[in-house]
Amino acid sequence: MSDYPSNTVPETKMTARNVSVFYGAKQALKSVSIDVSREHVTAFIGPSGCGKSTFLRCFNRMNDTVESARVEGEIKLDGTDVYSPEMDVVQLRARVGMVFQKPNPFPKSIYENIAYGPRIHGLARSKADMDGIVEGSLRRAGLWDEVKDRLAESGTAMSGGQQQRLCIARAIAVDPEVILMDEPCSALDPIATAKIEELIDELRGRYAIVIVTHNMQQAARVSQKTAFFHLGTMVEYGDTSTIFTNPAESRTKDYITGRYG
Amino acid sequence: MNSALTSTAPTDGAERQPAVAGKRLQTDWSSPAMRSRVRARYRAEATFRYTGLAALLLAALFLGFLLFTIVRDGWTGFQSTDVKVSVTYDPATLMIDPAALKTPEAAQALRSADYAALMIEAVGQLGGAADVVSEGAWLILRENLEADPTLLGKTQSVWVPAKSNIDLLAKGKFDLAEPELTRGVSDDDVSDYTQLKQRGLLRTGFNRIFVTMADSTNPELAGIWGAALGSLLTLLITIGLSFPIGVMAAIYLEEFAPRNRWTDLIEVSINNLAAVPSIIFGLLGLAVFLNFFGMPRSAPLVGGLTLALMTLPVIVIASRVAIKAVPPSIRDAALGIGSSPIQVVFQHVIPMALPGILTGTIIGMARALGETAPLLLIGMRAFVVDTPQGFESPATVLPVQVFLWSDDVQRGFIEKTSAAIIVLLVILLLMNSLAIYLRNKFERRW
Repeated sequence: MSDYPSNTVPETKMTARNVSVFYGAKQALKSVSIDVSREHVTAFIGPSGCGKSTFLRCFNRMNDTVESARVEGEIKLDGTDVYSPEMDVVQLRARVGMVFQKPNPFPKSIYENIAYGPRIHGLARSKADMDGIVEGSLRRAGLWDEVKDRLAESGTAMSGGQQQRLCIARAIAVDPEVILMDEPCSALDPIATAKIEELIDELRGRYAIVIVTHNMQQAARVSQKTAFFHLGTMVEYGDTSTIFTNPAESRTKDYITGRYG
Repeated sequence: MNSALTSTAPTDGAERQPAVAGKRLQTDWSSPAMRSRVRARYRAEATFRYTGLAALLLAALFLGFLLFTIVRDGWTGFQSTDVKVSVTYDPATLMIDPAALKTPEAAQALRSADYAALMIEAVGQLGGAADVVSEGAWLILRENLEADPTLLGKTQSVWVPAKSNIDLLAKGKFDLAEPELTRGVSDDDVSDYTQLKQRGLLRTGFNRIFVTMADSTNPELAGIWGAALGSLLTLLITIGLSFPIGVMAAIYLEEFAPRNRWTDLIEVSINNLAAVPSIIFGLLGLAVFLNFFGMPRSAPLVGGLTLALMTLPVIVIASRVAIKAVPPSIRDAALGIGSSPIQVVFQHVIPMALPGILTGTIIGMARALGETAPLLLIGMRAFVVDTPQGFESPATVLPVQVFLWSDDVQRGFIEKTSAAIIVLLVILLLMNSLAIYLRNKFERRW
């Protein structure tokens, strides 16, 4: 958990200021501001429908794909507004990778799943280069030893946990700066979940990680910062240890102690 | 029945009582009424299953009957009867000046010679059986002499096509026991046939003319190749236009177009277009391509354009369904690592939707191949004796050829009609096999 010294101020990777999201006339997120640190794992927790996934999807503009969605406010990556014209959305999504709730590998080989991202962004100079990227990504996702002999096999034939780690490896392969994870373990069994959590811990430091989770124990285990969302507002944001042991808001306390949610 | 059981078990009437909260009696799953209901359900299931089986058998029976009659009537269409004649390529009869063969106009001289007269002379030697060869039999003589000009002045035995009645007699298509008036063939022809048969001057073999030539007024000289080539050229235009346009339209509507009243209107229009009777498309083609743009009549180009209009909605609808069926999670995955929308569509969505798109395309193409009505209106029912030379030369197509031959009064066209249907069905089968092969190739799910 957070054996991090909480008095050091970590470098900020992404900032959100007064972000509101509307789906048509309905407001899903109400003026949320947050700083995401480069070195920490930041967890968003809260009951279903509280806007945490909606908020996460603003960071790489995945809400653009929802026709009725409208985003207000300001989200900056290294000081550049991601919704500004200078920010190319394709580049943004390469720099801010995403892992989805349900494992969604491409219906291609394991190798192709990893190689696809680097290829479209032109990250590999040669075949050997690409092989190196694929191996490195799979290694970092803790999947290499399991799949090194069957890279040509289908990515969709693996178990759910392996598929999700493949999706993480796929995100890593593009060499992003931030990885967004939208309830990455909700479709997995406890053993696969433990592996993903271990992996998140290993990836911390190299990538800024933001994880949305339903599971409070998971947030406690993997994150150093936690934001609690309720009914479209961010109720509380702080060090994970503080949120879980000494929350400032009664709503946070009620949720954490299991009174609702 | 056991009295203890009847006392505790509710009667059927009790079971049907409305379930008042807390007062509902326990259901007796072994009561006679319940058992009979279960039996009734099994009966209904069995009835349904046997009805389905009967329907299937009936369909198979009809199909089998159809194929049987077509093949029975049609297979002789692929055979023809030839008569052996002895020909002397006499320059005088041919009206060829042998000296002209040494000039540069030799080819012209050979082509325009009087082969019909030569044929009459040769057939005259057969004695009583004078009009047994086809009207177009002299073409064989020209072919031979053009291939080998040194034959001039020499004598050669040649097999030439017999006329239709002799051909049909050889295939046993007439009932000779019937009186002359009703059996459809004259006594003269029958005696000619018997005489030739006895002298061994007849042979029945593979009908080369049928598979290499185009239409003719004489059944023995009519071929299917012209119509088959016409169909091929027409379908090339059709698929070349309707496939790319249809798929692109479907991609745009599914992946890029906003949802509003205009796209709703377009969607409704496309669905309605798919249901428009094909002859209306023929009228459209007539008005637009022939009358407005002044394109040539009877041409595969116009036929293909007209059929493309007809096929387009089918392809658009099938492609949209196939694209819609691609799971959104794949789009998310691709977008999430920074694919551009075009990359998402062409590298992920289309490959996954391709089997469905191809199936829809092949259904549309099969319909286009069998379509007659719209082509009649743009003049493709013309009598075309040459195989089409290109997209703008007059042509007909297989189903129209079937239609024309089935309409002909000459007896010899009966077997040609069925033979043409066989060709049409075989091409259809080949096209469908290709489609299934392609679909399975792309459907290789990981």
